[in-house]
Amino acid sequence: MSASLLLDRVTLRFGGLTAVSELTLSVAGQELVGLIGPNGAGKTTVFNLITGVYAPTAGAITFNGRPTARLKAPQLARLGIARTFQNIRLFGSLSVFDNVRAAVQLHRPHGIRDALWRGRGFRKAEEAVAGQVMEILDIFRLAKLRDEPATSLPYGDQRRLEIVRALATRPRLLLLDEPAAGMNPTEKLDLMKLIRFVKDKFQIAVLLVEHDMQVVMGICQRVAVLDYGVKIAEGTPDQVRSDPKVIEAYLGDDHED
Amino acid sequence: MQWFLQQLINGLALGSIYALIALGYTMVYGVLGFINFAHCDVLMLGAFAASFLAAPVARVLAPQSYCGAAVIILLAAGLCALIGMLIEFLAYRPLRRRPKLTVLITAIGVSLFLEFTCQHPAVFGAATRPFPKLIPQRDCQWRGLSFNTNDIGVLLVTVLLLVALWWIVRRTRIGVAMRAVSFNESAAALMGVNINRVISFTFALGSALAAVAGVFYAMRAPGIEPLMGVQPGLRAFTAAVVGGIGNLPGAALGGVLIGLLETFAGGIPGLSDYRDGIAFAILILILLFKPAGLLGKAQVEKV
Amino acid sequence: MIAGSRRWLLAALAAAFAVSWFSPHYNRYYLGVAMDVGIAVIMAVSLNLINGHTGQFSLGHAGFMAVGGFTAAKLTMLTSNAFFPLSLLFGGLMAACVGLIVGVPSLRLKGDYLAIVTLGFGEIIRVVFQNSQAFGAATGLTGIPKLTTLFWTWGAAAVTVYVVTSLVNSTYGRGFICVHDDEVAAAAIGVSPTRYKVTAFVVGAFFAGVAGGLYAHHKQVMQPDGFGFIRSIDFVVMVILGGMGRTAGVIAAAIVLTLLPEFLRVREFASYRMIIYSLLIIGLMMARPQGLFTFGKKSASSV
Repeated sequence: MSASLLLDRVTLRFGGLTAVSELTLSVAGQELVGLIGPNGAGKTTVFNLITGVYAPTAGAITFNGRPTARLKAPQLARLGIARTFQNIRLFGSLSVFDNVRAAVQLHRPHGIRDALWRGRGFRKAEEAVAGQVMEILDIFRLAKLRDEPATSLPYGDQRRLEIVRALATRPRLLLLDEPAAGMNPTEKLDLMKLIRFVKDKFQIAVLLVEHDMQVVMGICQRVAVLDYGVKIAEGTPDQVRSDPKVIEAYLGDDHED
Repeated sequence: MQWFLQQLINGLALGSIYALIALGYTMVYGVLGFINFAHCDVLMLGAFAASFLAAPVARVLAPQSYCGAAVIILLAAGLCALIGMLIEFLAYRPLRRRPKLTVLITAIGVSLFLEFTCQHPAVFGAATRPFPKLIPQRDCQWRGLSFNTNDIGVLLVTVLLLVALWWIVRRTRIGVAMRAVSFNESAAALMGVNINRVISFTFALGSALAAVAGVFYAMRAPGIEPLMGVQPGLRAFTAAVVGGIGNLPGAALGGVLIGLLETFAGGIPGLSDYRDGIAFAILILILLFKPAGLLGKAQVEKV
Repeated sequence: MIAGSRRWLLAALAAAFAVSWFSPHYNRYYLGVAMDVGIAVIMAVSLNLINGHTGQFSLGHAGFMAVGGFTAAKLTMLTSNAFFPLSLLFGGLMAACVGLIVGVPSLRLKGDYLAIVTLGFGEIIRVVFQNSQAFGAATGLTGIPKLTTLFWTWGAAAVTVYVVTSLVNSTYGRGFICVHDDEVAAAAIGVSPTRYKVTAFVVGAFFAGVAGGLYAHHKQVMQPDGFGFIRSIDFVVMVILGGMGRTAGVIAAAIVLTLLPEFLRVREFASYRMIIYSLLIIGLMMARPQGLFTFGKKSASSV
């Protein structure tokens, strides 16, 4: 299950303002790549470029060779790109179980007709779905909470559920948008363990956009640094940490190290 | 060409009426974020108020005089301003913190309440009653075109009111407060703006304009009846959305546009039967290409 | 919920048939009311799919009813009484097509804009029928054979409830609620908001069309005027009072709101009927906006 995301000299301009400039970035196979930068560097913009919210003014973004420019979110999901959101977006009316179930339906074999007819094939398929949902909930220790309304969970669990939901779509690439936002140190450690676990168990590539240094340096194999829309450094966490350009970009900026 | 100019004036007059009503819709939407369905009934109340005031005023001043008409309109507008504020205070203020849908349904309830109460035999009754002549209606000729003084009056008064509204919104403190509240209510409150007062004022203003529109509409209509506000209300509401809801110049523009299109369509044989649907057809077409309305700003949802 | 199982459907159909069998013994008037209730349930549950489950605020549902009613009535009158079941089906299909046409612009619009567009479509449909000679123009169709029975109304209601419930409770159907809760998140997991919204409109419109056909062959008259904005509001109120998304509550609301005017009529509150109705709406929104018939927490996986 290999993935390959490539941003090839991607530029995004809003009128006179250049938000992202000549960005080349790749995430392949089962890498865990981090994207960091000071506030306003354009990290979320890059994210939005990858997920199709913005279309690049120049350059190309391809996933497994396919250009993603005109694709909408459901199509990207089908291709194998899953994402989480900076502000957790769970389905408030649904239970924990159903939040994941809704994501599993991406690969279900039956559709509206079967739902109405309710023949034996349908029942079997629904049982298989339930099985898949419980399996993944079990892995992440959320099984006991299966019938709770999703938004009644504690914050850390909600974040976990959002990641689980994304994984239920069987992606090849997982995009995490500032998952550590709003977490206390204990929760952050749990999150780091979770992300490492996800990558190993599901053998997928992960692109992590994050503001928190501890999380990024702790788990990423490779880190790219953005400043004012330009990539100023890329390498292992140690290389990046000691890069003078990176230090300068963060000078005067509040960050945890 | 003559036909065209004739329809143009007609259309502008009708459009002015719609514009005045549309402004009320869009102002309330701007500060409270919901569509005040009861707005169209305020215009009906304005027309009825004027019809009851006509006789007493005529006794004091001269009957069918411009002065008398102005007094009647002012009184009706004032009365409706109070009614508008009362509606807001009783029905919408208690629901300020609730989801918009709740308030929307309540507005529908208020609208139905006003309509059916007025339809009751003990109040106005459902039958159409004639509207008294407020000003002498003269037809004058100018270069082969016949003008109706009513239409001219409507146009002039509307322009006057639009200018006055522009001045209020742009140049007075309460106007600035209105705009602040429509941008960001909590920030405005933190800046010391008295939200309740601003909202009351908005309703008063919108209702007053609706009352004036109601009187003008009644002058053109065969008579007045409790449900008379529904159709013009729907057109004006459409106009507000076309112009970009929450946008004042948009509402005025939309009103004039709808009025013109409706009048021209009415003059075309075959199309005139579909008058009621024209406004909506225009709305749907415009929203298809510009989902936020003609002058509205498209809201890109930040993820 | 057992409503989604085929056994329930068969039982309900059998019960409807059995009760209907003894129709000649029932009081004519109450029989008529019972059928009215059945039709209301179909309308409310079908609208609930669009408004409640999928969260699209549609204000033109009566328009679909009109399309279905006129189509079915015309077909029966052109062919024969035996054609009745097929007429109902065709009425529903025609309405479904119109639902597709309405659903497409709805994709880009949210909240209030969507509400006004659907309202507009409803009005346009009304205007089209009002001007269509084939359907009797303003007078509408009269002399429609009385073919609707208790079995047909309650049977159709059972089918509607079954379809909507089994649809929404399936893994596929969870998508409707996802679109209601958060379109962006839904799209991110592969649930296409576009597809679900259109599906909701088409399915909802289909059943509204069937209800229209039943209505036509019950009241024996189809007048365009009766299917305007006010009629649509009737059904919206049912959905709101029933708790927006809870089928059981919506059914209860449909029953109560259909019986209530009858009750008020019988007690000689006739002239105050609609006034009380509108006050009820306002009161409910103030006191219990989550719906009258919602008890206990909204459990996530229930109907």
